Amino acid sequence: MPRVLVLVEHEDGAAKKVTYEMLTKARDLGEPVAVFVGEGLDGAREGLARHGATAVYAAGGDNRLAGPLTGALAAAADRVEPAAVLVAATPLAKDAGARLAARKGWGMLADIVDLDGDLVATQNVFGGATTVRSRVRTGTPVLAVKPNSFPVQEAPAEPEVVDLDLAEEQDGTRVTDHVVQEQGGRPDVAEAEIVVSGGRGLQDPSNFALVEALADTLGAAVGASRAAVDAGWYPHQHQVGQTGKTVSPQLYVAVGISGAIQHRAGMQTSKTIVAVNKDADAPIFAISDFGVVGDLFKVIPRLTDEVAKRKG
Amino acid sequence: MVGGPGTVRDRPPLEAALKILVTVKRVPDTAAEKRLDPADKTLDRESVETILNPVDEYAVEEALRLKEQHGGEVVVLCMGPPSALATVRKALSMGPDAAVHVHDDALHGSCALNTAKVLQAAIRRVEPDIVLCGSESTDARTSLVPSALAEYLGWPGLTGAKQLEVDGSTVRVHRETENGYDLLEADGPAVVSVVKGINEPRYPSFKGIMAAKSKPVTDYNLADLGIDQGEVGTAGATTEVVDFAARPPRQAGQQVKDPGDGSAAVELAEFLAGHKFI
Repeated sequence: MPRVLVLVEHEDGAAKKVTYEMLTKARDLGEPVAVFVGEGLDGAREGLARHGATAVYAAGGDNRLAGPLTGALAAAADRVEPAAVLVAATPLAKDAGARLAARKGWGMLADIVDLDGDLVATQNVFGGATTVRSRVRTGTPVLAVKPNSFPVQEAPAEPEVVDLDLAEEQDGTRVTDHVVQEQGGRPDVAEAEIVVSGGRGLQDPSNFALVEALADTLGAAVGASRAAVDAGWYPHQHQVGQTGKTVSPQLYVAVGISGAIQHRAGMQTSKTIVAVNKDADAPIFAISDFGVVGDLFKVIPRLTDEVAKRKG
Repeated sequence: MVGGPGTVRDRPPLEAALKILVTVKRVPDTAAEKRLDPADKTLDRESVETILNPVDEYAVEEALRLKEQHGGEVVVLCMGPPSALATVRKALSMGPDAAVHVHDDALHGSCALNTAKVLQAAIRRVEPDIVLCGSESTDARTSLVPSALAEYLGWPGLTGAKQLEVDGSTVRVHRETENGYDLLEADGPAVVSVVKGINEPRYPSFKGIMAAKSKPVTDYNLADLGIDQGEVGTAGATTEVVDFAARPPRQAGQQVKDPGDGSAAVELAEFLAGHKFI
């Protein structure tokens, strides 16, 4: 049975959902083997086992640096000779995946949303306007998987833990500080199942509070249009669109966003889209499953109350 | 393979005056409808307006700021067909001193990793102290090139920088994270990819546009770089497109008009509950 490496996305041992999505998918292809870098293995182990990891290859080092991640993937690949390597399509994991592929002379596909048994991967390109199926021609495929692409299913296994016993990778890069600027505890916009985004219709940066309040009742991430980010109303890492992040959540709520092509390119593959905008002709309505033409300052607070009420 | 984890730096530590190389790419206009050419399944760049990749403008600006602080020179590097010379000149019009343009018919259809390999070969000829890249291009958006480039060069790669500082031989960046940033540092030379918002790119002045026309542009082809034609382009690509299709356009669903008191929120909440979001 072929084995498939899965790079564990985690923070101090708390595995992110995309890890379980990748383990679930890896079971379609063979035996999932998890690669874990950094602190917190004891905390992560049970979840990896529950989602079918047949082995966990562990290494020390800082999992916020591509160097140790690349080194662990390369060492695990040397031992396991996998049929494929799955990493999450996050900036850091893609960084490590690209370095692995370059080091080994393999090919890599970024941002895949589906994968068949022949390792042909599906990507949404050009802002979701085109679906491409691609494969790696050279060496072992390294595949960066978009969060929310695969369902999570449990399949308990009893993984052996193998210490890769790596010398710390010395590429001369150090993390000297880790600064958390937002304590909101909201999910990351690129990985969230629900995203609530605000745009120019909010009129003033302080009105992002309306978007944040709705997001918090829904357990959602907060996104922003380019107009809102360019105006300095919200930080760049929240920007959704052609020059920001491409998201594909279960639900996307567009608040005061007209839906220019540059924005649609970042969110039109969302499973369900709803929009609130005062302009009935706003292009966002053409791709929305439910649209409200109205004053967001009236509709959004009321919606937040309604959601809170129904959630009890 | 040229680079690798064990590669020893092939330059002494950063000197006072910096030689800064910045990579740029020609991409379809952000607003253009992009499509794949059915014949060879590559991006059709001829039928649309093309621009300098927007994120690369931030990289060029950051390079110019480093030069203003430390002295030295800024060299633009572009891989792209002869028509990409317009993109090179656009970048030069912002203020860089010179450019290197890599073009060769055999490069058509190159994958991200081989693009990095070719850029690496050109970078070795320029011998910069630091390489700046935009974090991604707006066409393929893989963001793989800066990382692969660092690997091939055997240099540290500092990706996703929203702030950059060079201090003696140390390169320091604030790397954007989902809720803040990590402060990373490495000993140069290094590859740094910058994100949008790291600065406010300058507009080319009229003088800059005129001056760009006579700035030196060095042309390299694959033979100049010692790369075999079969290693790159469609022939040597590490990945291939099997097939592609336009996604069916989304259909507009239900639309309600709020009477003015926000009560349409109730219908919207019902819709969300009906779809199990609440």
